[in-house]
Amino acid sequence: MYVDRGRQYSIAGFLAALLVVLALAAGNFFSLGNFSDILVNISFVTIAAVGMMAVILTGQIDISIGVTLSICSTVAAIASKAGVPIPLVALISVGTGALLGLVNGLLVTRFKVHSIIVTLGTMSVFRGLLIYFTKGAWIYSLPQDFRSVGLGTFLGIQNPIWAMIIVLLVAAWLFSSTAWGRSLYAVGSNPEAARLSGIRVPFVQASVFVVLGALVGLATMFYATRFSTIQSNTGQGFEFVVITAVVVGGVNIFGGSGTVLGVALGALLVGITGTALTFLGISAYWEQAIQGLFILLAVAFDSVRLRRRRYVLQKVRGGV
Amino acid sequence: MNATRRYFRIRLSAAEIVLVAALALAIIVMSRLSPQFLTVNNFFEVTRFVTEIGLISLGMSVVILTGGIDLSVGSIVGLSAIVLGASFHAGVNVWLAALLGVLAGALCGFVNGLIITRANIPPLIVTLATLAIYRGLALGISQARNYRDYPDVFYKLGQGYVGPVPVQFIVFVVFMLVFVLLLGRTVFGRAVYALGNNETATRFSGIHVDRLKLIIYTLSGFLSGVAGIVLVSRLSTAKPDLGLGYELDAITAVVLGGTAIAGGSGGIWGTLLGLFIVGIVRNGLSLAFIKADVQLVFIGLVLIAAVVFNQVTRRPARR
Repeated sequence: MYVDRGRQYSIAGFLAALLVVLALAAGNFFSLGNFSDILVNISFVTIAAVGMMAVILTGQIDISIGVTLSICSTVAAIASKAGVPIPLVALISVGTGALLGLVNGLLVTRFKVHSIIVTLGTMSVFRGLLIYFTKGAWIYSLPQDFRSVGLGTFLGIQNPIWAMIIVLLVAAWLFSSTAWGRSLYAVGSNPEAARLSGIRVPFVQASVFVVLGALVGLATMFYATRFSTIQSNTGQGFEFVVITAVVVGGVNIFGGSGTVLGVALGALLVGITGTALTFLGISAYWEQAIQGLFILLAVAFDSVRLRRRRYVLQKVRGGV
Repeated sequence: MNATRRYFRIRLSAAEIVLVAALALAIIVMSRLSPQFLTVNNFFEVTRFVTEIGLISLGMSVVILTGGIDLSVGSIVGLSAIVLGASFHAGVNVWLAALLGVLAGALCGFVNGLIITRANIPPLIVTLATLAIYRGLALGISQARNYRDYPDVFYKLGQGYVGPVPVQFIVFVVFMLVFVLLLGRTVFGRAVYALGNNETATRFSGIHVDRLKLIIYTLSGFLSGVAGIVLVSRLSTAKPDLGLGYELDAITAVVLGGTAIAGGSGGIWGTLLGLFIVGIVRNGLSLAFIKADVQLVFIGLVLIAAVVFNQVTRRPARR
């Protein structure tokens, strides 16, 4: 099996360079507390990024997950205020996310409309429905046991970090060693060839949206529980952070290649960049522009590399 | 070939009949919802409302006709508005500042086109990234401030009337007519349709495809810039979040108007119908005191329904 390690090295290098700059410019950046803060901050992004990776591997995209995050946050908050026990709240949140993902997946596979158009539409429908049902009101005074999910620790390490590590390990195994995981790469590389080799392409394409939705539902448990109020416009822009992490992490935006380790590094880079801006005294208002720039650079880099590889292959085969 | 062409012609007119019927239905439903709806004054209110989205939809129509897409239009509206506001507050004459805003929009579009053609990345991805970049620039430049207090002449553009007709609607009609002529009567127009139908064949027939794309995305950015200026004039303030989500309305209008999302067929007249359906429904719902959230649900559903409808009716033609 061919695994492209080039991107992992280049992000690791970029991260190292960024850390050196930070060390020189802001010495207090390197406290253990700050580092674990960064990890907690990126945990929910990383969990969702693993799901987004599955979607992008099959050559699709989902830009509605910011709304999925707000809907799951709202549902989880209402459930826990109603006295539902925490494990059940988590299950409800994951189920809600999976259900919204299923809607996207069915629309994409049944009608063969590009996923960006479908999720642009569902993003607006979901957001509208959410505001309609909550009347735009914030949810205040969440119960203490709900909030302890995101703030609690286990063996001295915060819960969100544990969840992130477990999701990453499970995903690494799923994507590399199961039939479903391999079929994601097959569908993304060549849907027709995947179909001819007996893979149920529509099933695989729909399943990734459900997986992404479920993981956003899980991420919600470590996102919503850190705040004392849930706003109805929470989660806006979340899709960009997640897509940036995935694409910067070396997952090919056209599908078919990428690794979980790369995505984890990509999320770390995004997280450190956000914190670094604060430490370097740059206004947070620039953050979105920098994220967009990262996506663009990563994709352009892939495109150039892809063309070069094709050129080399042609030379080897003696083609035109 | 002949049979296909006849089929094609019938399908197009059928789609347009459906649109006109939908428009009529929307007008009837809305006039039942609110007594103020079916008045001349309100009609011109709708035209005021549709101008900004309409300007963007013109550029979007051409982009989608070539098989591309531009998701960054809403952010360009915001950035143009901020360029106008920031340069005016730096002491530049207001009309010169407006010109700078429009030029900034065109530059944004040019950058989109440059990346799409030079780096060979799909427009969907490029404009998704520049959506974030341009909005981020608007936020970064303004530091989330609002720019107000323009001279009164400037407000004429977005709040004034010529007789009963709002000034900005005249601007829109002029641009619309230019685009109708451009698409229907010029070499450029034919090249746009050719590119949407078959890029390779277009290249082989000697059309400079990359330059064509560059022009198209620059046009889209330019029109978004104009829309941004009109919007600032209408609202009397330039905020960095202006135009947020406008890509949704513009794409909905274009797709609803029967332009194929994969490019090659459709046109400005269809977009105009789609635009008025979106505008009338939003205006009617507002008059009936139905809030923005329901409108959001509605526009999203209409977009999905329109794309699915086009896809389903198109399918037999492909086989």
